[in-house]
Amino acid sequence: MSVIAKRIEESFPTGFIKAVEWRGDVAIAVKREALHQVASFLREDPAMAFDYIIHVSSVDWPDEEERFEVVYELYSIRHRHRIRLKTRVPESDCVVDSLTGLWKGADFMEREVYDMMGIRFRNHPDLRRILMPDEYEEGYPLRKDFPLRGKGWRDTFEFLDEPSR
Amino acid sequence: MPPFEDQRTTIYKVDPEHPESATLPTLRTEELLLNMGPQHPSTHGVLKVILELEGERLVKSTPVMGFLHRGVEKLAEEGTYHQFIPHTDRLDYVCAMYNNFAYCRAVEKLMNLTVPERADYLRTIVAEVQRIIGHQFWLGTQALDIGAMTVFFYCFRDREILLDWFDELCGARLTTSWYRIGGVERDLTESLLAKLRQFLDYFPPKIDEYVVFLEKNRIWLARTKGVAVISAEDALSFGLSGPTLRGSGVDYDLRKYEPYAAYPRCEFSVPVGKNGDTYDRYWIRVQELYESVKIIRQCLEQMQEGPIMADVPSVTLPPKERVFTNLESMIQQFKLFSQGFNAPPGEIYCGTEAHKGELGFYIVSAGGGKPYRLKIRAPSFIHMGAFDHMSKGYMIADAVTIFGTYDIVMGECDR
Repeated sequence: MSVIAKRIEESFPTGFIKAVEWRGDVAIAVKREALHQVASFLREDPAMAFDYIIHVSSVDWPDEEERFEVVYELYSIRHRHRIRLKTRVPESDCVVDSLTGLWKGADFMEREVYDMMGIRFRNHPDLRRILMPDEYEEGYPLRKDFPLRGKGWRDTFEFLDEPSR
Repeated sequence: MPPFEDQRTTIYKVDPEHPESATLPTLRTEELLLNMGPQHPSTHGVLKVILELEGERLVKSTPVMGFLHRGVEKLAEEGTYHQFIPHTDRLDYVCAMYNNFAYCRAVEKLMNLTVPERADYLRTIVAEVQRIIGHQFWLGTQALDIGAMTVFFYCFRDREILLDWFDELCGARLTTSWYRIGGVERDLTESLLAKLRQFLDYFPPKIDEYVVFLEKNRIWLARTKGVAVISAEDALSFGLSGPTLRGSGVDYDLRKYEPYAAYPRCEFSVPVGKNGDTYDRYWIRVQELYESVKIIRQCLEQMQEGPIMADVPSVTLPPKERVFTNLESMIQQFKLFSQGFNAPPGEIYCGTEAHKGELGFYIVSAGGGKPYRLKIRAPSFIHMGAFDHMSKGYMIADAVTIFGTYDIVMGECDR
């Protein structure tokens, strides 16, 4: 197991779930309650010093109990190491602590996750849709139960040259 | 009563005994909301920004994005890995080659595939040609937006040569799809090599020419120096990358930090700025043009004959001429395009230094021929997150410079 994963396991014995290393990428799964603490540890600790946020993403696993997975990818310019921090949320209560206070770039990235997957971020300064229109109400397009063709919203557009359907 | 009448009277109504008590009338101030875009020429696509103005100063700007959202990430989940390559062309349509490259590298990491050496060199050469095109495009349009029109013509004249070169290489100027998982689609011919060598001799003096037009242009200097300044700390916190980050003095370049393809075998330097303003970013991009020429030269010298595609029949495509003559190859091609290859379950992230910044692909595979989830880390999108921070306090006309300073392309930003 990598040094970083070991440090996290030692510092957060209750929050830590597991660490997986595959193809050279280290992914650490933590409990949702511990996410913010682990993230601020990763940012502040001088041996970690993850000062750079790469992306925030999300995965939908509809058959599992805790349906959504939120993924943060972090990098340290100083130590040149990277890590993937993951946490799970159930559909009934899909709220995660926002990391906007730690990395300013998390603002837009978390908004995108909210827009595409419907996961809400607690303490986010401006949690609105970002790529989809504000008035869009059909749900969250990257969820697995959302059809590729959409849910009929685009059939409601009126075309200028054609009679409306 | 005419407007301001009362104010004028207050000015003149000074008590002669106590002249110090005279005060200027308070002017009414009001914040003005202004929509910039979605069809402003400087937004390079369709982007709207709501500017809150105090006089001509920007107080707050809220980007409204998504006009070009096509659901590329959702589309990726419905097709095989090979089928997604043409979709990546349409992300950053100015620099399609680099998108192909970044995506193919990510899938190769997922499949644990090693690319043959010649393919590595070919990939590096074409990627650097693409970087030159990208920076030329940036320089031309940025100069045009700011008010130096000549550079635009010079840059586009030279860009045209390279686009024609692409046309000869893969049959398309912009939507190239030349990279393949495990290698490249076809080799450079003698004619292409000769044309490239000729261009490498022709190009460096032309860069000097671009610089002459800008280095002493007072408008250019006034509108780039000290505009859109961001400190190194903030730039990192916002996740900026590429020349936008290096302008602030951080030498983060994946070609050096996590070398890939033929970059570890080439000697080149990574120019780094000091002040974190638009001028430094311009300077970095110009220096990178020289560096790209250097890299291509070295690659051409070192490149040896050899295969251009990894030979892993379960993953990589067979050579096209064999598909038409050999039954097994045809079946292989058909199976790869109808079912795809069987990727192991797992997840990877792979970042590549495109000319705008770090273009990354996060792929989650649950086994089978299609990606379970594919997330694109698009530098343009992440740079827009810093727009409000970087534009605060500047004049309204500087908003144009700040769009340009990121080298923004909306196809990539909205995906």
